[in-house]
Amino acid sequence: MANHSSPIEGGNITGLADLTGILVERFGAQVVQMRAGRNFILSLSLAQLSALPALSRFLFWEQGCAFGGIIAEENSSSWQMHYAFLQPGTGWIDVEFSMPIETTSLPSIVAEVHAADWHEREIEDLFGIHFENHPRLGDFVLHDQIWHEGIDPMRKSFSASQAQFEGKVDLEWQPLLVVGDPGSFAMPVGPIYEGGVGESLHFLLETVGEDVIRAVPRLFYNYRAVEKIAEGRTVADALLLAERFAATSAFAHSLAFCLAAERIAGVEAPPRAAALRVLLAELERLRHHAGAIAAICESTALAVSAAQAAIIEENLLRSSSVFADHRYLFGLNTPGGLTRDFGSEQCRRLLVAADKAESDLLILEGRLRLSSSFLDRLEDVGVVTGDRARDLNLVGPIGRASAQHCDLRRACSYSGYGRFEFEVPYETEGDGYARLRVLFAEATQSAKLIHQVAGSLEDGPVRVNYEVNRPGAALGWAEAPRGAALHWLRVDEEGVVERYRAITPSFNNWLGFHVAAENFAFQDFPIILATFGLSATECDR
Amino acid sequence: MSFWFWHGLRKGIQSTRYPARAENAPGVSPGRPANTDFPTVEEAQLAAEICPTDAIVAHGKSTSVNHGKCVHCQLCLHSLSSPMNWEAGFEWTRLPANQTESHPLPAAFAKSMHIMVVDAGDCGACLHEVKQLNNPLYNMHRLGFFLTATPRTADLLLVVGPVSENTRGPLLKTWEAMPTSRKVMAVGSCATSGGVFGRSFMCACGVSSVLPVDFEVPGNPPPPLAILHGLLVVAGRKSLKSLEPISEGRP
Repeated sequence: MANHSSPIEGGNITGLADLTGILVERFGAQVVQMRAGRNFILSLSLAQLSALPALSRFLFWEQGCAFGGIIAEENSSSWQMHYAFLQPGTGWIDVEFSMPIETTSLPSIVAEVHAADWHEREIEDLFGIHFENHPRLGDFVLHDQIWHEGIDPMRKSFSASQAQFEGKVDLEWQPLLVVGDPGSFAMPVGPIYEGGVGESLHFLLETVGEDVIRAVPRLFYNYRAVEKIAEGRTVADALLLAERFAATSAFAHSLAFCLAAERIAGVEAPPRAAALRVLLAELERLRHHAGAIAAICESTALAVSAAQAAIIEENLLRSSSVFADHRYLFGLNTPGGLTRDFGSEQCRRLLVAADKAESDLLILEGRLRLSSSFLDRLEDVGVVTGDRARDLNLVGPIGRASAQHCDLRRACSYSGYGRFEFEVPYETEGDGYARLRVLFAEATQSAKLIHQVAGSLEDGPVRVNYEVNRPGAALGWAEAPRGAALHWLRVDEEGVVERYRAITPSFNNWLGFHVAAENFAFQDFPIILATFGLSATECDR
Repeated sequence: MSFWFWHGLRKGIQSTRYPARAENAPGVSPGRPANTDFPTVEEAQLAAEICPTDAIVAHGKSTSVNHGKCVHCQLCLHSLSSPMNWEAGFEWTRLPANQTESHPLPAAFAKSMHIMVVDAGDCGACLHEVKQLNNPLYNMHRLGFFLTATPRTADLLLVVGPVSENTRGPLLKTWEAMPTSRKVMAVGSCATSGGVFGRSFMCACGVSSVLPVDFEVPGNPPPPLAILHGLLVVAGRKSLKSLEPISEGRP
């Protein structure tokens, strides 16, 4: 059974007042200037870039902060960089600095915070900023065999509407192969999924035969430049993108986006809307987890269990459609609240569906636990130790299966999650079976939350007037079904998006996939993939 | 372990009877906006204006919907004082714009059609709905539709997503590797019109700008039964008579 508790992450947690004291003592008031902000409980303005790695190490390792991500913004005359850290239970800390627009490189923090690896690679690829001492920059979002070097699409000078490039360069691009044993070879898998329905992504399995030594994903086939094409759109139009770049967690992403937009305008969704948002977000989590469980059952070829989990998922999709007129909960969130209210009879019917799903999942879990051949294929497969999970800042159910307790609903409550009672289940083994148990336990908690919300709904409006009347930027966050989702939004005085940045749980966790996929038997590959349950399209954006 | 066999049997047959019978279970389809006649010109105008993707076009007091562009934001249903009509159902397959006819596969394929699915920048919804076709409630195997692992043996190329630049090459290679009796079906609003992503340096604005498309299933996402209807049309088991070319202009 899953553990039920929600302690604050390891490390020496110090209060905010103490933290500022230590910061001044360690780094000096000239280097780090502190102020409280609307978004962040603490903004640290760096005067000396050279202090960045040491400050990152201090926050991540000594203070036990979680790493949120890096946000780069290009203004007319300068770069504005934000490094977001989360001190669980306290709030977001923003390490920010600006540098002249001519700057072409800055110190890498990868040696201190491994979780920053892909953030720096992405910024290098899309903005053209070099990170000193980063171990491998280059081919990442823009695949080198079809994109010229020197194209920086996120720069303001690059027009998103320009025609596609004709006459692509045909570089003799070769993937990086590491395994040098005699007889070793690389087996490509993808990007077109063979044998069924799968997202576009590519793996290179380095193998000496049956045993795979190393499996590295190559992503961003589904890169649609969502962050780029959002620029210049209105907030309402950008919301359509935020909702539709990763549909299996559409509600969580649109919620995080709306929370950011609301924070800029200084409005808050009314209590009834906030509660209904919790209900819908938990409905999405329940449905997502049922689907993830179905995928795990399918990967082990236990056909009846896969069929039964798929029926649970399909029934939840149908209930969502009956409840909200959309199977994937599109078109509900809007800045200022929800687009519509739900009646008590509608809620009652949803409760019946959620109860049914919960009890069906419990029955399924009980049967799976008695299926030894099923458990044999999950146990000790794709192990991610707690240390590695912390090192790579794994989030969501995958992190929680490796004893990383961070859950944004708890660690930094939003939309009124603090009002409700729920547990954050976690496991310590970090193998495929631990990830499956976390999914089951979280699904139960989601069903409980749906009950609590429906039982305590206050009457009132579900929407306040939302109008963008001032320029600004804000961070919105939500615990999506796969983990922490951060949306950064900057708008001008007319409500036109100047910068949009979506940091997704899949982006975070794909970085850690290679840890689980090391030295394994080839037939376990689909199982490791399924227990990770990551989405390529959520990562690619 | 043998208990799975027993539990599986005990569940009985769960599959829909569609296409032999109509399927009306609640939630199988979210429905979609339908052409509407409003009492006043202004109301029709408002409906056209609220649509973020210009899927709704006003002609005087009435409006028409280009479903290929509809992204199911529901603004025309929930944010208008006089909302658009909403139609239930899921038989949405249509011909691509500016195409007057498409032929289904020859009769020999009617009960054995092999499908190659390609994700060309999809958000996950359409792909997920395609995946649902294999669950017991839809069970497309009973109709003789199979997913195949190789384009060499595929009869139908089912494409989801707006065609992102990084998937364009793999998509074209897959198409070229298929036998020339192949059909191409674009599933979802992104695959038919680019959806919310539109045309950009990274998105090709739909499959038809890259490949010749035979049939389209609009919807954001189209529910599993809508995709199943599309498969039946490609296999020649649903009549083409109901398929009329669409007249609305598209980009």
